[in-house]
Amino acid sequence: MAEALAELFAGDANAWRAALLAGRATVRAAVDAVLARLERCERGPGALNAVLAVDAAGARRRADALDADRAAGRVPGPLFGVPVALKANLCAEGLPTSCGSRLLADWCAPYTATAVQRLVDAGAVPVATGNMDEFGMGSSGENSAFGPTRNPWDPGRTPGGSSSGPAALVAAGLVPLALGSDTGGSVRQPAAFCGIAGFKPTYGRVSRHGLVAYGSSLDQVAPLARSVRDLELCLSVLSGADERDATTLPEPPVVPELADEHMTLDGVRVGVCPELLEGEGLDPAVRARVEAAVDRLVELGARRVAVRLPSAAHAVATYYVVAAAEASSNLARFDGVRYGRREGGERSLQEMIAATREAGFGEEVKRRILLGTYVLSRGHAEAWYVQALRVRRRLRDELDAAFEQCDVLVAPTAPTPAFALGEHVRDPLAMYRADALTVPASLAGVPALSVPCGFVDGPAGPLPVGMQVLAPALADARALRVGRLYEEASPWRDRRPPWALPDEVPA
Amino acid sequence: MAQDEREQVERVARLARLELEPGEVERLAGSFERILEAFAGLRELDVGGLAPMTGPCERTDVLRADEPRPGLPPDELLRRAPERVDGFFGVPKTVRGAEDDG
Amino acid sequence: MSAPGGWEAVVGLEVHCQLRTATKLFCGCRNAFGEPPNTLCCEVCTGQPGALPVLNREALALAVRAALALDGEVAGRSEFDRKNYFYCDLPKGYQITQLAHPFCPGARVELPSGEQVRLTRIHLEEDAGKAVHDRGARTLVDLNRAGVPLIEIVSEPDLAGADEAHAYLTELKAILQYAGVSDCDMEKGSLRCDVNVSVRRPGEPLRTKVELKNLNSFSNVKAAIEHEIARQVAAYEAGDPAGFPVQETRGWDDRARTSRPQRGKEDADDYRYFPEPDLPPVEVSAELVERQRGFVPELPAARRRRYVAAFGLSEYDAGVLTASRDVSDFFERAVQLAGEPKEVANWVTNDVLRLVADPDLPHADLGELPLRPGDVADLVRLVAARRVSKSAGRRVLRGVVERGARVEDVVRDLGLEQVDDADAIEAWCRAVLAERPDVVADVRAGKRKAVGALIGAVMQASGGSADPGRVRATLERLIDAGA
Repeated sequence: MAEALAELFAGDANAWRAALLAGRATVRAAVDAVLARLERCERGPGALNAVLAVDAAGARRRADALDADRAAGRVPGPLFGVPVALKANLCAEGLPTSCGSRLLADWCAPYTATAVQRLVDAGAVPVATGNMDEFGMGSSGENSAFGPTRNPWDPGRTPGGSSSGPAALVAAGLVPLALGSDTGGSVRQPAAFCGIAGFKPTYGRVSRHGLVAYGSSLDQVAPLARSVRDLELCLSVLSGADERDATTLPEPPVVPELADEHMTLDGVRVGVCPELLEGEGLDPAVRARVEAAVDRLVELGARRVAVRLPSAAHAVATYYVVAAAEASSNLARFDGVRYGRREGGERSLQEMIAATREAGFGEEVKRRILLGTYVLSRGHAEAWYVQALRVRRRLRDELDAAFEQCDVLVAPTAPTPAFALGEHVRDPLAMYRADALTVPASLAGVPALSVPCGFVDGPAGPLPVGMQVLAPALADARALRVGRLYEEASPWRDRRPPWALPDEVPA
Repeated sequence: MAQDEREQVERVARLARLELEPGEVERLAGSFERILEAFAGLRELDVGGLAPMTGPCERTDVLRADEPRPGLPPDELLRRAPERVDGFFGVPKTVRGAEDDG
Repeated sequence: MSAPGGWEAVVGLEVHCQLRTATKLFCGCRNAFGEPPNTLCCEVCTGQPGALPVLNREALALAVRAALALDGEVAGRSEFDRKNYFYCDLPKGYQITQLAHPFCPGARVELPSGEQVRLTRIHLEEDAGKAVHDRGARTLVDLNRAGVPLIEIVSEPDLAGADEAHAYLTELKAILQYAGVSDCDMEKGSLRCDVNVSVRRPGEPLRTKVELKNLNSFSNVKAAIEHEIARQVAAYEAGDPAGFPVQETRGWDDRARTSRPQRGKEDADDYRYFPEPDLPPVEVSAELVERQRGFVPELPAARRRRYVAAFGLSEYDAGVLTASRDVSDFFERAVQLAGEPKEVANWVTNDVLRLVADPDLPHADLGELPLRPGDVADLVRLVAARRVSKSAGRRVLRGVVERGARVEDVVRDLGLEQVDDADAIEAWCRAVLAERPDVVADVRAGKRKAVGALIGAVMQASGGSADPGRVRATLERLIDAGA
């Protein structure tokens, strides 16, 4: 039994499901083991601080029900028995949706997100919520009201953000699959920093119903996993129109088995653009890893094509104006009237609202609310907000043109490997620039995968590097398949971080 | 930091209902100014001929049938509220229009 | 119409009208009035984190129908925007409305006077919840109304004063009711109205515009406009610029019959509108427009013209009959059954509407009254056949309402059948003549009109059942005969 469980934790979600279906362990035993590890992972000096809440009772109930279903001969779902961690901005019964904020610290949603429900319906078992930058605003996890999460590759470094907890949990091997959200890179960048795979689908592929909004025209629910095939599996469950989200696409779900089944990399045109591969602030070691990965793709039959994306230089500014504008409106509902924390209830209504928001929000959230309020305010909206939307259109047009010449676009996921905790906290602009390579896909709404493409030397050991694979809107399966073919032809997937559970640390 | 940056941040903070503390105003005004400076190049771009791209969603007419569906039971709704009074949400006494409620 | 002292008033109205849908604009909660607080709510209309709006098809259809009924154009593409402000009745901290691309970019209303009122725009938006301020030490918030579909109808400042504003509102309400778009009940808040007032000297530019809110009846609207025009004119006449009206929003206090400024801090109206990213644009198809056009009935103005032209009714009666659709439909049905449009119109405008308005009857409107068009038609036929007198007819209608019985039964049960019996009539006449020798003397002295008093007395004596024509003839014969 212990051996069977060890095998589970060594594998990805596909393997996990297969092992359970083969009867190597019951779902209940597997879930108990996950719960025990989740409990231990937050102990001692190596604590990840990746978990915000655990729903042990709910997970056990769910596991027992799955075992009973199995015993009764019911057809198991595609995620049968797979434990998942949820970013704390997804509404789920039984798990508080704090969004990493003091304001919502104890808030339990009165309904369940469509994405979460679809996972559960497919047989997955939500076990915990993962730490995150408050309301998704951050690229390091350090903007969580509940303290920063550590990177399993180097506890002195950030796991990236804002899906910091979910990424660290998957990288540390505590769960095989996690659900995050990606607004400007919040799943891809932590996936890169933690050496795992993360995928932001085409905008509208996955319902946002029940995802606490940050930037509504950018937000997508996005999975994190140890393999690209797990992302495919997960996306096949998550994707598809939802009557509760009017921006979901009517196209049928992405089905991995049918997605370009016979695709090889032969003749695939891989676009590389200088704006993303030679940009300012790009770590030469990161660039070298991505160049090597492109070479590998070419070895596998792909053709390298040079494309241009001139507006990418303005993507960070464009993204922060648009996202902040939407955030300033999306976060207006946190007024201390209907839910969440309240301050100043004895003062006037408007003073109470202001005091509640002052006490409830952290500094970065306030900064973005201020920025967003400013760019929408009278006298500034045309010059900032509308201008940003026009630049957004130009960037999208440039991407469309690039995809005339190439099938996928390859770029580094982040300009550097995981940076040190505290490195950018005093300099918000430096933190924003860390998003430079992920925000173009977000602004355009196109799918983008981050897949490990090697390691660079850090002071405390190797640090993973992620490669992004962008595809045209709706070509999610193409991005995933290119990433998967690369992944299966490279050694990075099997590298595990040095982090270990407290009682597994060698004496 | 210039006085007008501070005043600008204070004005925007009032609009956004953030009751900033004095030290916070200083800090935020400083970073606010640097961010706007860094983003200034955005305003120089000649994109006048392009239609603003509100979002990637290109659908139209996503409509719902006019059919009732169950909502939240009142106690589910109210038990999350900081203040409840006889089935209502309670807030400080206010008269509509007497505050800057828009 | 002009304001006092050679001033002209210019008035514009912003009317909010709740649409008669089954559910709210963006969620499946019921659109209903008078339910216990916070019982018609879900994650969407209470602004729970993560919830998203989805547009109600019927709300769009009714909005389009309203635009067509108001002779408006329907935009091929319309979009939603967020209007951002903080208040306890606004769950999301923004209202979803339409700013840049309303579904109707222009329409108009023709007043009975023939005057045209241009409508700047009509747009679709969600209602806010309700803040209750008069129950104890705290303000109480009920979100049942939050998310109810509204159309906002914005008029050009084409109205010359309180009376015209009142006429416009009356006509607008009738049109919206006819089209089945809204019940337009100001008491329930399904029709609400804000007013903009400014004045000028003829030929001069308009002075400062003042907005009036909190107007919860048509008579309030009228009183508030009259008061505001007088206030503005008085301020300008006084000549001290310090006392001139300022651009502001004032709330009408119905009890005090005056308005007060609603205090607003700086920035209060910086709503930071931007396109709603959660809702795709709406493209109204020609098919939808045509289908809704089919639901727009003949409207009050057209009916008024037809009643005058085809039925020979007075403008006034035509106006009274068409003011609400149920009355007008009732009238037309009765005419269909009985012919005699003038007779039917007399019964409806005098007696039926009196019964509707009678506070002693437990009925709020014509629809609730146990009176059918067929009853009026039956009565008209009985009167024409001289079986029931007109004065008895009034009692017949009341009897129908009070007893819930049909006309024939009421006539029989109350003994209201017109008496044709010459002996009985002569007996009643002789008795009255004996009682009123003074009147008889007057008649003989040449005051022939005085005979009317005697007829009334005979009719009373007969319980209304005597044929008044016969009574008159009998009285005259007896008087002339020197009886």
